[in-house]
Amino acid sequence: MVLTGAEIVIRCLQEEKVDYLFGYPGGAVLYIYDELFKQDKVRHVLVRHEQAAIHAADGYARSTEKVGVALVTSGPGATNAVTGIATAYCDSIPLVIISGQVPVGAIGQDAFQEVDTVGITRPCVKHNFLVRDVREIADTIKKAFYLAKTGRPGPVLVDIPKDITAQKCEFEYPQTVSMRSYNPVVKGHQGQIKKALQLLLEAKRPMVYAGGGVVLGNAADKLTALVRKLGLPCTNTLMGLGGYPATDRQYVGMLGMHGNYEANMGMHYCDVLLAVGARFDDRVIGSPAHFASEPRRIIHIDIDPSSISKRVKVDVPIVGDVGEVLGEMLAMLDAGAETNDQESLGVWWKQIEEWRRRDCLKFNQGEELIKPQFVIQKLWEVTGGDAFVTSDVGQHQMWAAQYYKFDKPRRWINSGGLGTMGFGLPAAMGVQLAHPGSPVACVTGEASIQMNIQELSTCKQFRLPIKVVMLNNRYLGMVRQWQEIFHGNRYSESYMNALPDFARLAEAYGHVGIRVDKPGDVEGALREAFQRKTDLVFLDIQVDQTENVYPMVQGGKGLTDMILSAEDL
Amino acid sequence: MQLPNTKTMRHVISLVIENESGALSRVSGLFSARGYNIESLTVAPTEDASLSRMTIVTSGSDDIVEQITKQLNKLVEIVKVVDLSESAHIERELMLIKVRATGKDREEMKRLADIFRGRIIDVTDASYVIELTGTQAKLDSFVSAIEPALILETVRSGICGVGRGERVLKV
Repeated sequence: MVLTGAEIVIRCLQEEKVDYLFGYPGGAVLYIYDELFKQDKVRHVLVRHEQAAIHAADGYARSTEKVGVALVTSGPGATNAVTGIATAYCDSIPLVIISGQVPVGAIGQDAFQEVDTVGITRPCVKHNFLVRDVREIADTIKKAFYLAKTGRPGPVLVDIPKDITAQKCEFEYPQTVSMRSYNPVVKGHQGQIKKALQLLLEAKRPMVYAGGGVVLGNAADKLTALVRKLGLPCTNTLMGLGGYPATDRQYVGMLGMHGNYEANMGMHYCDVLLAVGARFDDRVIGSPAHFASEPRRIIHIDIDPSSISKRVKVDVPIVGDVGEVLGEMLAMLDAGAETNDQESLGVWWKQIEEWRRRDCLKFNQGEELIKPQFVIQKLWEVTGGDAFVTSDVGQHQMWAAQYYKFDKPRRWINSGGLGTMGFGLPAAMGVQLAHPGSPVACVTGEASIQMNIQELSTCKQFRLPIKVVMLNNRYLGMVRQWQEIFHGNRYSESYMNALPDFARLAEAYGHVGIRVDKPGDVEGALREAFQRKTDLVFLDIQVDQTENVYPMVQGGKGLTDMILSAEDL
Repeated sequence: MQLPNTKTMRHVISLVIENESGALSRVSGLFSARGYNIESLTVAPTEDASLSRMTIVTSGSDDIVEQITKQLNKLVEIVKVVDLSESAHIERELMLIKVRATGKDREEMKRLADIFRGRIIDVTDASYVIELTGTQAKLDSFVSAIEPALILETVRSGICGVGRGERVLKV
């Protein structure tokens, strides 16, 4: 069958069973948009800014097991997409981004809306391609999907010059891909797995530290089974929330810079650490030297060899798909008669419970000012702990992570690695489209929301009943917190002046806006919001301006150097 | 658990990469983005024109070099990576050096080239171009044997490396 390049692009997306394509048209992609118009299998979601297209595809991918797909034009279309692509790259999210490019003959001529998209995006994609021949489109798109979702997932960009989309060639979608230069490992090394299990069984103070790899690798069930079977304490990273049920007794909370006391202490003082799909990054362990000051043996399961022994030396590295490896471990446990040292484990748990009694997340909700923590707690109650929650970046993100207890994976959608303000609302669009009828909340702040607030228009067009829960403290809260603690209360440019009336702004976009000023009104407003099944409800919640996120480990310090409350300052 | 080994050593990394446009910039971009050092980098197609062979001279602690090879392996277009300096290998570099060759220096230059087993490949009444192949150290000592004022220009290729004996890097 002879098709044009543009027809081939759309046929490829259909073959990949793409149901939503997030994008924004422009000169270089006009032929592709023309073909999009002629079919109804791939539904296009018109965003209001290309960054939002990528975040929406990203939210779609994170909340499902599928690849998110976006389409942008050349030049500014591509550069606007870069923040979104880098966000997905830092969190290993499988995306395929198709960008238009100027015609082949115009490349390098400084043509209108020309940028070197492949060059600009190279450091923030898993891989990218510039297609130079119409006959390469199908193969390249097939490879792009394969690369995006296998191994350690990530965004893959395909740059297609305009003239190529008008040329014709014979179309056949390849059924398989093979690349001699790309063969991700799946199965872990048997001997290493055995060694790891032995180490875990002999441990006196074991600890499980699970990251985003558990969520992305769909290994939450296996992780939970292993942790329960051996009676281990388990902590999740910011990216791993929901990988182990947060309401379970063996869960000790999130760890890291704003992690729970018991999680950070357990991480530091354990004698055997099982790290699963996590990467010991600076926000998790603080200073590597301090972390290394306490002797412990580390087992590290990860699909990416370069994540192993990068910041922390590991004793038993296991490269492989976390689900496969955990499955092997469970099978070996079932086959053997060995159990772990119950007595030592009992002593260890007593210690953990003692740490837990510090109740590091306690706060006092008074009569006057709304505490942001209280809002998240109520959000959790009102949604029965079962909503999809996206967030932006800053204090509200940490409170959402600390106080919304995620029991299931793929429910917590946030920009962990890059920390992209403006992520929350567009990501929620992707989540809501992937899960129509499910409650989706976007926890945000008055600063972050303004970085992509134009998407309220997209939400109206596509009737997305997202609940925007905005914790409005009239500050760039996290910046203010650091300025308070480390810069002598000099609040340099962290004050949000001239704010709009958000409730009325939401109404101007055709949504429902509610302003909440009193603690007593929080629950009612949340209930009303979630009862309105077909409306986007924007809650502008005026919260305590001076509240800080605790516990806190200062950047570069050790995990045990925690500031637990304002009294510790 | 131990603290990172911070002793810096010179390493010769050899790799086979798909001969595609942009592949070189993926490699050089990786080094600059992660702050790794490149002393030299040479690349050319192999007997199979779809593949290129690259030799990179870098330096770093064992931990850093381990990260470098892992990060290189992660690049989708790279087929194979080895650290040649882990075992016996051969390194060669080509240098073209243009020197002033007048008066008594003319004979001296010829002698020096002979001693280093270099070849004079261009001659004018005032200059020679000497071609010299060898290890980096040999080329260095040739350069330092010549009075600096007599050196008109030097061009060095960066080293090519290959493992000794049965050790073969092939796809």
